[in-house]
Amino acid sequence: METINKRKNLNSACALAVLFLVVILMDQLIRPTDSMAMLLTVIRKGSIYALVAVSMNLLNGFTGLFSLGQAGFMLLGAYTYAIFTIPLDERVFVYKYYDYLISVSFPEVLGNLLGGFGLLLGVILALILAGLVAAGVAFLIGLPVLRLKSDYLAIATLGFAEIIRAIFIWGKLGPLTNGSNPLKSYVRLNAFQLHIGDTTINFSTLVPLAFAAFCIWIIVLLVNSSYGRAFKAIREDEIAAEAMGINLYKHKQLSFVISSFFAGVGGAMLAMFASTVQANNFKSTMTYEILLIVILGGIGSISGSCIGSFLFIAASEWWLRGLDSGTFLGIDAPGVFRNGFRLVVFSLIIMSVVLFFRRGIMGDKEIPEVMARIWGRLRTRMRGRAGKGGEAADG
Amino acid sequence: MAENVLLMEDVTMQFGGVVAVDNLSLEVNEGEIVALIGPNGAGKTTAFNCITNVYEPTNGRISLNGECIAENHPQGKMKALYKGENSGKYQRIVRHTPDQITKRGIARTFQNIRLFSALTVFENVLIAKHMRARHNVFTATFRLNAKEERRMREEAAALLEEQGLLHLKDSIASSLPYGLQRRLEIARALATGPSLLLLDEPAAGMNPQETQELTDFIKQIRDSYKLTIFMIEHHMDLVMQISDRIYVLDFGKMIAHGNPSVVQHNQRVIDAYLGVADDVAD
Amino acid sequence: MGLFDVILPYILSGISVGGQYALIAIGYSMVYGILRLINFAHGDVFMVAGLMMVYLAASLPIYLAAPLVVVLTVALGFLIERAAYKPLRSAPRMSVMISAIGVSYLLQNMALYITGGLNKNYPVIPWISDSITVLGATTKRVTVITPVLMILLVIALMLLINKTKMGMAMRAASRDFETSQLMGVKLNSVISVTFVIGSFLAAIASMLFFSNYPGVIPAAGAMPGLKAFVAAVFGGIGSVAGAVLGGLLIGVCESIIKGMDTILVHSGALQSPLELATFSDAFTFILLIVILVFKPTGLFGEKATEKV
Repeated sequence: METINKRKNLNSACALAVLFLVVILMDQLIRPTDSMAMLLTVIRKGSIYALVAVSMNLLNGFTGLFSLGQAGFMLLGAYTYAIFTIPLDERVFVYKYYDYLISVSFPEVLGNLLGGFGLLLGVILALILAGLVAAGVAFLIGLPVLRLKSDYLAIATLGFAEIIRAIFIWGKLGPLTNGSNPLKSYVRLNAFQLHIGDTTINFSTLVPLAFAAFCIWIIVLLVNSSYGRAFKAIREDEIAAEAMGINLYKHKQLSFVISSFFAGVGGAMLAMFASTVQANNFKSTMTYEILLIVILGGIGSISGSCIGSFLFIAASEWWLRGLDSGTFLGIDAPGVFRNGFRLVVFSLIIMSVVLFFRRGIMGDKEIPEVMARIWGRLRTRMRGRAGKGGEAADG
Repeated sequence: MAENVLLMEDVTMQFGGVVAVDNLSLEVNEGEIVALIGPNGAGKTTAFNCITNVYEPTNGRISLNGECIAENHPQGKMKALYKGENSGKYQRIVRHTPDQITKRGIARTFQNIRLFSALTVFENVLIAKHMRARHNVFTATFRLNAKEERRMREEAAALLEEQGLLHLKDSIASSLPYGLQRRLEIARALATGPSLLLLDEPAAGMNPQETQELTDFIKQIRDSYKLTIFMIEHHMDLVMQISDRIYVLDFGKMIAHGNPSVVQHNQRVIDAYLGVADDVAD
Repeated sequence: MGLFDVILPYILSGISVGGQYALIAIGYSMVYGILRLINFAHGDVFMVAGLMMVYLAASLPIYLAAPLVVVLTVALGFLIERAAYKPLRSAPRMSVMISAIGVSYLLQNMALYITGGLNKNYPVIPWISDSITVLGATTKRVTVITPVLMILLVIALMLLINKTKMGMAMRAASRDFETSQLMGVKLNSVISVTFVIGSFLAAIASMLFFSNYPGVIPAAGAMPGLKAFVAAVFGGIGSVAGAVLGGLLIGVCESIIKGMDTILVHSGALQSPLELATFSDAFTFILLIVILVFKPTGLFGEKATEKV
């Protein structure tokens, strides 16, 4: 049993290493003007969304807590990250109307001390802080809210996300949040480059992918641990779970805080991807989108959420682009295929999944399970054929 | 040293104006099998819910092994509404959450089976081991407690083996036949390591043969796990065969108690179950 | 100018906007009462009604456009129920809620496509958009009409719920979904009627609401929708009177918070504005959370306990 697990782990580690290598290569070879450049965008944004979707799935799919606060926690993460990574010299230009309050930039401080590696360390530190801020706020919100049942919990968390957004655009907090003006000039993905002599190695696609993969790996470990089982027990039957000695409140709070931590990290990474951070980008529509990704992938399936995210981003940023710009699949109809049609088609696809394929792409299964099943089926079929062949030879 | 494992004193549970359990006092001693019987709606399950702290009794005290696990007196709006007796007797307020009660050693099954239906048989039992494992979310996630996890798994497997369910380990709980689901629910309760086991209608929906098997099974788990058992049951054969003592509830009030033969011939019990002739005449 | 003169316009507009929230809230409350579903799409139906008015009034005279908008909105509400909620009648509650979120997403994206994301100017409805003076404060006539119309509609609705056979069926269905079905209540038609009434009120509310605002954008329904839902929760879900009270309270509070800086500075309590208007939307949710924590079933709601 254990040796099999070890071999499986080794296999996945190898696969991941190969994937990382391919991504690094693509990052060097694909120019921003190439038609394949979209692929890089999809990998970057897709990994970020995958992390956020998985964090939402931890709560909605594995613990059965229907929360709609994800956008609020992403906002907290994005702001925290931006505030702690804007270079000091830039702050005057970013905070045009306020005297900025915080004058420390992690990547700058550590970068000065340790060079390129320090920059990375500073970014990681800011990401962790982003997660911690989101988790801390989640803890406070959880105190009153987690006692509520299903749809009341949903609307209360949605409400908190709106309150957080209002606080961040409040003028009086301007010195910290820049009020309703955007934060910019912080460390973005394009900062991750390694200069060796004249050659530049670009890591701006690898970084979000690797960070997201690392975080998702931790969530997978959690879900498969004893605590993950306790979460599932709560999802299945709260009263029975309590009768088995599971402290409902403590475990719900744990799930909520951990999910929000990763939503915060995801929000920070989304800030890295975009060029500015603005509270008004984190509206409830964002939460809905992430929820729909989770549904598309299958509620209760982590690999489903990842597949769902990449599909969602690929479809909305790349494949369905033509629907917005006149020509799609060779059909030329600028009257119909104009701005916004892509999202209409996309929402129709989502609705049909919700109505007719309620289990989503993966149901509550994970990729290894599905692969094993397909492999098993293939093998029995092969064996059946071989057996028949043998009989024929005998006769 | 209290000999009784469970002691209920003057327990009243009132919902608004409805008195579901009325001034109930009873005790269950170590190693006994005690049955709580009564017609439908007599307040039996409500009494169980008070013991496990799912409900907080309106008045009275419940103790486990001499230690108070729930105590209350009518407060607030209930003060005016309270219809029971002994309202001045209890001054303290002691309450817990159901999981704390389980941790103290009371396990239960439910009238309508409540398994974790989408999870496997093994996971169902494993979840009951979560409470007593020495770990926290960090050590559990990063597998720093591999030993503890292995111990949990071994114990759960051993328990399933004893209950004859090990071969079904990887089946989904809801796919089991009804009788086995009941069996699994009891196994899951045992996995919490209880000293007192509350069974809520364990034989519901079983045929006579299955009921007979269950009778032997209950005795067997009492002996092998050194349990005290308190159960609600409607199957009189089962109750009469295995109970050391019986309490009879009707409309929330205890109307009789004693050993099976005493209760069986008690006129009030017969009236409660069959209805009084006068009632029909009225 | 006295303090009263400063506060009055805010109260007036608060009552008006509150009446509009109340009309939307009734739709949420009735649907939740029967289906236990937060109909996230309801606010977007309200927005679509606004957009339809914009497009219809461009080619039709107002007296034709307005009734047509009501009819089309009712048809939309009916259609949404049949297409997106009815197929999920036996599914878990969360699936239906997700479907509602999906419909909301779809309606918003369709509106985005059709309008190109631009603000569409709402047509001026004669008479109700005229300016009038109330107690010295200048306002539009719609401000005064809203509460009156709202009360009339609520009375009519109360009569429908309490005096007609359909109303009885609705009450039965909201009390116990399964049992009412066994008693011969035709659930599907009851649910359809509920959606029809809800959409009808949303259409009326949209005319009153957008007459006071410069225009309609695709996201215009989201916030009023959520606020109306909070109003419904506040009053106790399933209770029409509660929804009305909740709507009015939220409208007035929101309006006063919008003017809080002006009021406080005017009364001398503050030297410089605190920019509290930022919280006029968030306040609704603060109210919601306070209510949910202290009285989870709302002011007029009934308590439900789960059977163990």
